[in-house]
Amino acid sequence: MNHLSSETFKENAKAALADVQLRGALKNATSLFGERRKAAAASLPNWEDLRTHARAVKDEVLLHLDRYLEEFVRNAESRGATVHWARDAAEANSIICGLATERAARIVVKSKSMTTEETHLNDALEAAGMQVVETDLGEYIIQLAHEPPSHIIAPAIHKTRQQIGELFTAELGMPPTDNVDQMTSTARMKLRDRFAAADVGISGVNFAIAETGTIVIVENEGNIRLTTSLPRLHIAMMGIEKVIPRFADLDVFLKLLPRSGTGQRLTTYQSFITGTKRASTDEGPDELHIVLLDNGRSRMLAHPVTRQSLACIRCGACLNACPVYQQVGGHAYGSVYPGPIGAVITPQLMGIEKAAQLPYASSLCGACREVCPVKIDIPQLLLHLRGEISPRKGSRAERLAFKMWARVMTSPSLYRLSSVAGRILQRVMPISRAWTNGRDLRPIESKSFHDLWANE
Amino acid sequence: MKVSLFVTCLVDQMWTSIGVSSVAVLRRVGCEVEFDKRQTCCAQPAFNTGYLDEARLVARRFIDIFEESKADAIVSPSGSCTAMVHHYPQLFAGDSKWLPRAQAIAAKTHELSAFLVRVLKIEDVGASWNGRLTWHDACHGLRDLNIKSEPRALIRNVRGAEFVELEHADSCCGFGGTFSVKYPEISVAILDQKIEAIERAGVQAVVSGDASCLMQIGGRLSRKGSKVRVMHLAELLNESSQQ
Repeated sequence: MNHLSSETFKENAKAALADVQLRGALKNATSLFGERRKAAAASLPNWEDLRTHARAVKDEVLLHLDRYLEEFVRNAESRGATVHWARDAAEANSIICGLATERAARIVVKSKSMTTEETHLNDALEAAGMQVVETDLGEYIIQLAHEPPSHIIAPAIHKTRQQIGELFTAELGMPPTDNVDQMTSTARMKLRDRFAAADVGISGVNFAIAETGTIVIVENEGNIRLTTSLPRLHIAMMGIEKVIPRFADLDVFLKLLPRSGTGQRLTTYQSFITGTKRASTDEGPDELHIVLLDNGRSRMLAHPVTRQSLACIRCGACLNACPVYQQVGGHAYGSVYPGPIGAVITPQLMGIEKAAQLPYASSLCGACREVCPVKIDIPQLLLHLRGEISPRKGSRAERLAFKMWARVMTSPSLYRLSSVAGRILQRVMPISRAWTNGRDLRPIESKSFHDLWANE
Repeated sequence: MKVSLFVTCLVDQMWTSIGVSSVAVLRRVGCEVEFDKRQTCCAQPAFNTGYLDEARLVARRFIDIFEESKADAIVSPSGSCTAMVHHYPQLFAGDSKWLPRAQAIAAKTHELSAFLVRVLKIEDVGASWNGRLTWHDACHGLRDLNIKSEPRALIRNVRGAEFVELEHADSCCGFGGTFSVKYPEISVAILDQKIEAIERAGVQAVVSGDASCLMQIGGRLSRKGSKVRVMHLAELLNESSQQ
């Protein structure tokens, strides 16, 4: 598997920048998504109000998450669902593998779920002897390519049509083509067969409604509808932050999510699942199990600054808008959550020491904050994380440099002295190669503005 | 109106004509300009790199100095440094002594184009410059201070100047302070998108409100041997063309 590490972000990024095909694919896809999002947002006159409203709902939930989760569990269980609490990825995977093996399951179909990517559930299921088939087209492609997703909603965004054609020829024996319709129908035929044979369907959750115990999942391909209705056992995994209080709250989120993600007014399918089937003659799975995953989320919840990270609805808009993501793509981040929101939540989920480079992988331009449908102040979060990392993990030279800098900048005489020294030093010292490899450096002026003002 | 100029350390050391032009433009529109020689930096490099203790030291110093001023406003030819001053309350959150002082200083500090248009209600400073030019929205001015129409209004009133909108004028140039040297390859890759857009615009000059972005863009244009020049808004507004 082509799993890059967050610890080598700088090297990963350099390799990505050298990949011409990748950059072409990224440029096309991110700008298309970006333009569609802009048009879709502009089509609603009250877009800003919707964002404010959605954030207020999320803030309310996060302030009383315990209460809303208990309410959700009570209502879901009263309708026949079984709810499991998982402290971390290992616990979540072991619950799910246990459920599947107890029922002697062999074939698992999965619909797209970032939370199961986060726990690396597929590896666990395969280790338990099961065949796992991703049924979202993008996820299916990257599963065939043995790659992790590179975008939150468009997992194969990094691949060109031609690359996917070659992959399908190699893996599925399809005659060589770059015709999208042909590739899609080939995948559809392969997947239909697996749906019919599957023992377990595993999905994610977009929203979990406390008031009714309903889980809501949105999609365009119909594979989620099949995953959650054909097999006898449906398991849904969700982060604990996915709960919203009332059914009526969905209104605002179903307006914001598709518009922010793909620029659609509505996704093709919205599945509302409340418990299991009522009568044995009804269609649908016999059992519904919902796994509530913490995996670091309560830690994020505990801190007043980082709490807002949990408001994220995983639309992917910040990735498309981010100039860094647009250049290096998702794999370079070495995390299932790439881009600006990934740079914020990865260090919090995986531990700061494992992803210490990511919060610095931003020019702090603020484009992410501008497009975020729930108004997460991502630059503020990046700065907060930098504040946690730099004083402890910054290089000794950097820490010393900023100490000296502060001395100089708080003393007019030292400032004047260093301004003179700088002018002399730039003649004898090699200028930082990091800058000059790609750009000419403007020389320091012979007289500072201070000097000019004094001579006026 | 009496104005205290915060020239920024970058302009002070690297691009003094921006400071000189700012003073000239402010005087032309009737302001009395003072310059406190004790001023240094707004603290942004440390703040953005995560050295918050050091940033607080420098921010306190800024507040100490500029609080003494009798001027009606503090004006700076930088969206980024002005935005940093507007971040001071965030830096001193929960500090009952410094928070109100930070808030007061932030409320008084304006970026140059916003000061001219919003405070003084002036959109024409009587400048003239012959040629075709475009505008790059520097991120912090645009997104932290909501400066978008102000510089465009000022530019449109420059006699002889033909203004064209830059494609993706609001996308980042890739500078990002220490980001530009921590990740120089990504920084330059982002920058190249900006350079391509500037080349397609067919202009003689690209104008912006921050010396930092202009050093980034200018550094690449110069490396590529481009004839397009970079110009700060203050410099443009101080032009009286005899070309």
